[in-house]
Amino acid sequence: MAAYEIEIILNRQLADCLSIPVFITDTSGNLIFYNEPAEKIFGTRFEETGEMPVETWSTIFKPLDEQGQPLPPEGLPLVKTLNDRHPHHKVFWIESMQGKPEKISVTSYPIIGRTGSFLGAVAIFWESKDA
Amino acid sequence: MKVSLKGVRGSHPTTGTETSYFGGNTPCVTVVKDEWLLVLDGGSGLQKVSLPGKSTKRVDILLTHLHFDHIQGLGFFSPLFDPTMDVHIWAPASANGTLHSRLSRYLSPPLFPVLIRELPCKLTLHDVANISFEIGPFAIDARYVIHPGPTVGYRIKENNAVLAYVPDHEPALGPAGILTEKKWISGFDIITEADLLLHDGQYTVQEYKSRMGWGHSSMEDTIKLATLASVKNLLLFHHDPSHNDARLHELYAELRNTKERLLPFDLAREGMDIEMG
Repeated sequence: MAAYEIEIILNRQLADCLSIPVFITDTSGNLIFYNEPAEKIFGTRFEETGEMPVETWSTIFKPLDEQGQPLPPEGLPLVKTLNDRHPHHKVFWIESMQGKPEKISVTSYPIIGRTGSFLGAVAIFWESKDA
Repeated sequence: MKVSLKGVRGSHPTTGTETSYFGGNTPCVTVVKDEWLLVLDGGSGLQKVSLPGKSTKRVDILLTHLHFDHIQGLGFFSPLFDPTMDVHIWAPASANGTLHSRLSRYLSPPLFPVLIRELPCKLTLHDVANISFEIGPFAIDARYVIHPGPTVGYRIKENNAVLAYVPDHEPALGPAGILTEKKWISGFDIITEADLLLHDGQYTVQEYKSRMGWGHSSMEDTIKLATLASVKNLLLFHHDPSHNDARLHELYAELRNTKERLLPFDLAREGMDIEMG
């Protein structure tokens, strides 16, 4: 398999330095990396799971709106970024590992490489302070 | 193909007897097959390049990037001033201007008296990104690698021999250093299973700690990289200008003691000629 573009590799190395959860996907939404803080949200370690197809990892999160109703995938920042290649931000709820709703903010941005090509996307999760 | 090292020093040229064994010219390597000539980088070593034969009317200069130590010889390369010569310059594409506009920053006053458009040769400039192309008998792959500013490495295949040339590269940038999963390694596609790799090995491990992010590698990291990529022979290249011959001999002896079993490696030396294939 061909090596990832250096823009993807550098995003991973940056994520590895951060104390906030970061998820990196390829252009199809397959999860290609998540850092240590993200492992706490996921409940699994990247070293153990490796990369995950979009069908697998998208079902781990259960995004909910203010009324506790499931959010459609197309309303989530990362999915929007993958569709339109623009940054997005949204506050919503996810079901925690203990089954409780947790309010989070998610910011996503596209990785547009040096040649202008779309290479993947990054989602950063923030614990919402007014939760 | 014949590979000749005309300049192996990094950052800036050195002169004098203290560096005369390994050489003081900045990066330039020629690759010759019959009448075809590839010139890899245009550092001060370019002054030592001659055409393979009288019938050679085309020269291809493949620049890895436009840092000054890789282009400072260009303005003094005689084929550029020969109206009968067909000169092609290949260099990494940038979002911040064409190759012509970026090269013109050097090849124009006040840094240089002659403008690019005034050069008498037939000059063709090629912006390259992650592409594959052919020049005569050579099949060439160019891929971006980690180094400040647009920078590529080249993989050159002729017949069954593969040369990989990545003189400025920092694959260990990041908290984890070089990742062991191959698809997460910058430049892996360029260097994998190369018969000969010429690769940045500017620093010692100690020096690298205080120069992380400058775009270069420690010798140890380069040996690790080459081992992961199953490279068959490695020449450590882009010697730090502060490393004189005595220091380089010393460093090489230390590396031989600890790394010799990993793969055949040596320090690049100006004047080396290597027949491949």
